[in-house]
Amino acid sequence: MNKDAKIHSHHISQQFNADLEEIKNNLLEMGGMVEKQLSDAIDAIINADSGLGALVREDDAAINAMEMQIDEECNRILARRQPAASDLRLVLSIIKAVNDLERIGDESAKIARLAIELTEQGESSKGYVEIRHIGEHVRRMVSMALDAFARYDIDAALAVAREDASVDVEYSSAMREMITYMIEDPRSITRVLNVVWALRALERVGDHAKNIAEHVIYLVKGTDVRHLGLDGLEKTVRLD
Amino acid sequence: MTESNTEYATASRSKFKKIDMSKIGGHEGGLRAEELPCCLRVTDLNLFYGPAQALRSVNLSIPSQRVTAFIGPSGCGKSTLLRCFNRMNDLVDGCQIKGSIALDGEDIYHRSVDVADLRRRVGMVFQKPNPFPKSIYENVAYGLRIQGINKKRILDESVEKSLKASALWEEVKDRLHESALGLSGGQQQRLVIARTIAVEPEVLLLDEPASALDPISTLKIEELINDLKDRYTIIIVTHNMQQAARVSDFTAFMYMGKLIEFDRTDTIFTNPAEKQTEDYITGRYG
Repeated sequence: MNKDAKIHSHHISQQFNADLEEIKNNLLEMGGMVEKQLSDAIDAIINADSGLGALVREDDAAINAMEMQIDEECNRILARRQPAASDLRLVLSIIKAVNDLERIGDESAKIARLAIELTEQGESSKGYVEIRHIGEHVRRMVSMALDAFARYDIDAALAVAREDASVDVEYSSAMREMITYMIEDPRSITRVLNVVWALRALERVGDHAKNIAEHVIYLVKGTDVRHLGLDGLEKTVRLD
Repeated sequence: MTESNTEYATASRSKFKKIDMSKIGGHEGGLRAEELPCCLRVTDLNLFYGPAQALRSVNLSIPSQRVTAFIGPSGCGKSTLLRCFNRMNDLVDGCQIKGSIALDGEDIYHRSVDVADLRRRVGMVFQKPNPFPKSIYENVAYGLRIQGINKKRILDESVEKSLKASALWEEVKDRLHESALGLSGGQQQRLVIARTIAVEPEVLLLDEPASALDPISTLKIEELINDLKDRYTIIIVTHNMQQAARVSDFTAFMYMGKLIEFDRTDTIFTNPAEKQTEDYITGRYG
């Protein structure tokens, strides 16, 4: 019914159109900032670039401010317009998606902090292959989830949820790898633990991307698909 | 863990069990209209004012002891439909009705139906409060008096009960014999509701009952609707969609004489099935 992403621009009130357009644009803009922050954080680890790590940590303040600004705009729309149906679902899913984006920002800042620590602990690239691999994977998921939001694309949203399942598998296998490193050389434990925290943060980013994808399905279909599992998600998406 | 700890843990978990997960998510959160006892059943109703058709094949089951709201743009037929329920349209020249409306299973348009008795069972309140130019007491007692009830004790009881039910008693109990016209608009509207419920109807029809009132009086009327729904089936026509969303359990959306969608109010206002409904409640041009 509302696959058309332009659906929110046909109100009798032009101001309402503009308000909804603005929160949606702001969400996507914040999404762009978070994507950049995440990929910089991953680069900072892989390239042992503590300078970049420090920049990423500073970005967090701007992202937090953006979250508060979008929340405030959503509150204002709820109070003044009492949106209904798809408008209500748009505002609600933006409030939730913004929260997930902010958490991705937090995880990125955490990864940046670990990048600085790892750089200080000196040369060794054990675990970096896994970080690069999972990092690239979740970065793509965040970008797909935001695209799905912009285009009201529930098939893309479903694809993000599927990707999350494979990230979880990759994460478990990376964990086994890290344990092997620690058993082989107990002196590396401090360092490998930092890699473990970074992998953990990336895995959480994947979860947040999946949450955003679920908000897209709620927005388009009107059904809350949290905690349904992949099968339930798929069933909802296929439902007419 | 000690025994008392286990006991505490078990007891505190009992509240987890109370949450029925099957009712969360989707549309399972509450019964649909068809699953509830039906009070008024409209079957294939067509209504004409002269050559103009005002209602087109309306089919609808109004659930008992719930609040049902009719919404839709001006001229969509919602007031016309409301008036059919107590045969107010009989008074309109050239009005012709096809199809049937059953109240508790009996066709209200059957020849044997006593219209005065029908209007006692199906009471109506209008947009502008219309108290009679009499005392507050006499306004409420009016319906009983025309039924031939004149015993003071019975009238006193009924007046008090009705005024209490319409949340007006505390405000007027010391001036029952003063003119009803001295009351404020919101008080007058509650007085009219008291007058209607004094004759113990089954159904209350409210046609824009709060649109001439200030916001506080409006909230009092809405609160009253909520209190009354345990005893009466209430149907409300309103232009104020937020009001429909606040007070009703079920909502019917009408457009150009047709019933477009009828569902739980929660569903209509969060995830309507029809595009026309969505466009109307979100304020879009179709």
